[in-house]
Amino acid sequence: MENSHGHVSHGQTADSHDSGHGFDTKAIWRTFWILLVITCIELIVGMFIAPRFPHTTKVWFNILYIIFTGAKAFYIIAEFMHLRHEIKNMIMTIAIPALLFIWFIGAFLWDGDSFKNLRNTLDPHHKEATQKPVAPAPAHGTEEHLK
Amino acid sequence: MANAVSANQKWWSGGRSPFNVEYGKLMMWYFLMSDAFTFGAFLISYGSIRFATNAWPDPNHVFSSFPFMGHTHLPLVFVSLMTFILIMSSVTMVLAVGAGHMKDRKGVIKWMLWTILGGIAFLSCQAWEWTHLYHQGAWWGSNPFLNYDNTQSTTNFTNFFFTITGFHGFHVFSGVVINIIMLIMAINGTFDRRGHYLMIEKAGLYWHFVDLVWVFVFTCFYLF
Repeated sequence: MENSHGHVSHGQTADSHDSGHGFDTKAIWRTFWILLVITCIELIVGMFIAPRFPHTTKVWFNILYIIFTGAKAFYIIAEFMHLRHEIKNMIMTIAIPALLFIWFIGAFLWDGDSFKNLRNTLDPHHKEATQKPVAPAPAHGTEEHLK
Repeated sequence: MANAVSANQKWWSGGRSPFNVEYGKLMMWYFLMSDAFTFGAFLISYGSIRFATNAWPDPNHVFSSFPFMGHTHLPLVFVSLMTFILIMSSVTMVLAVGAGHMKDRKGVIKWMLWTILGGIAFLSCQAWEWTHLYHQGAWWGSNPFLNYDNTQSTTNFTNFFFTITGFHGFHVFSGVVINIIMLIMAINGTFDRRGHYLMIEKAGLYWHFVDLVWVFVFTCFYLF
């Protein structure tokens, strides 16, 4: 322990960092292709597949998009930002606070949904006003007005 | 060789960085954490309002234009191009960091130039998108679009869209400015004199974070 005291210097940290994990260009390009393919799948699903289904099924597509988004976020953080190759203690100081998002997202979306339901129940005028279609729809070529 | 890496490394017994990361880089990570919560608060408030609303405009209808293509219906294509540009500039940024590891000044300069170019391309795309929407009558406090079921939409839609993509665009802009400063420092040989290119890594972390946030903005506004 005492013999390591004298060695602390800025340069040493940088050196040990350099040798700690080599730079892997192949992994970078693999990550790039993964991100590109996921984006293309999202584009195809969003552009061609999802519009063919009724709006009530949208939630299933949204779950699919969330999975894709999570995968993209993982690859950007783990490979591009190099977090996967850091020390576990350091990863945990990032990952554990990020768990707060689970509560954060769940609580606020739940609250929004509850507000909507209560307002529709307690304020029939609001419900009627927001569910009445506005005069003829402008022509933008979606299926509904062709019927 | 007190610092030789072994399986039973005592990280906290002193004499070395317990996280094996340079101080500035660690602090960049914690800054990005706080920034993530800022963006999270924005996106979650958008989600909360959207859950509290009976209907919402269909992004496939709103975001369906492409430059120089007139009134063709190309939903998601332009914004996917923007996503591609940002991912590509993330790759060139990693390559700049890699060149920095090898103390290859020419490589750093080359890849930083490409990264800056990608950032400017993204900002130009966003400027075109905003201008196009503005000409359609969309702006803060003004929403020309109807909901997917042809009911009247509120200005929440445009307010959230312009605020959040604007805040992200501002981050991209600051990222480009930071990258330009890094480029000038690399050209001047500042990092060679220091003996390491760790500043490129810190700028790189920020740049990847901007890409990361765009992944979420893309999903929340254009896919949901």
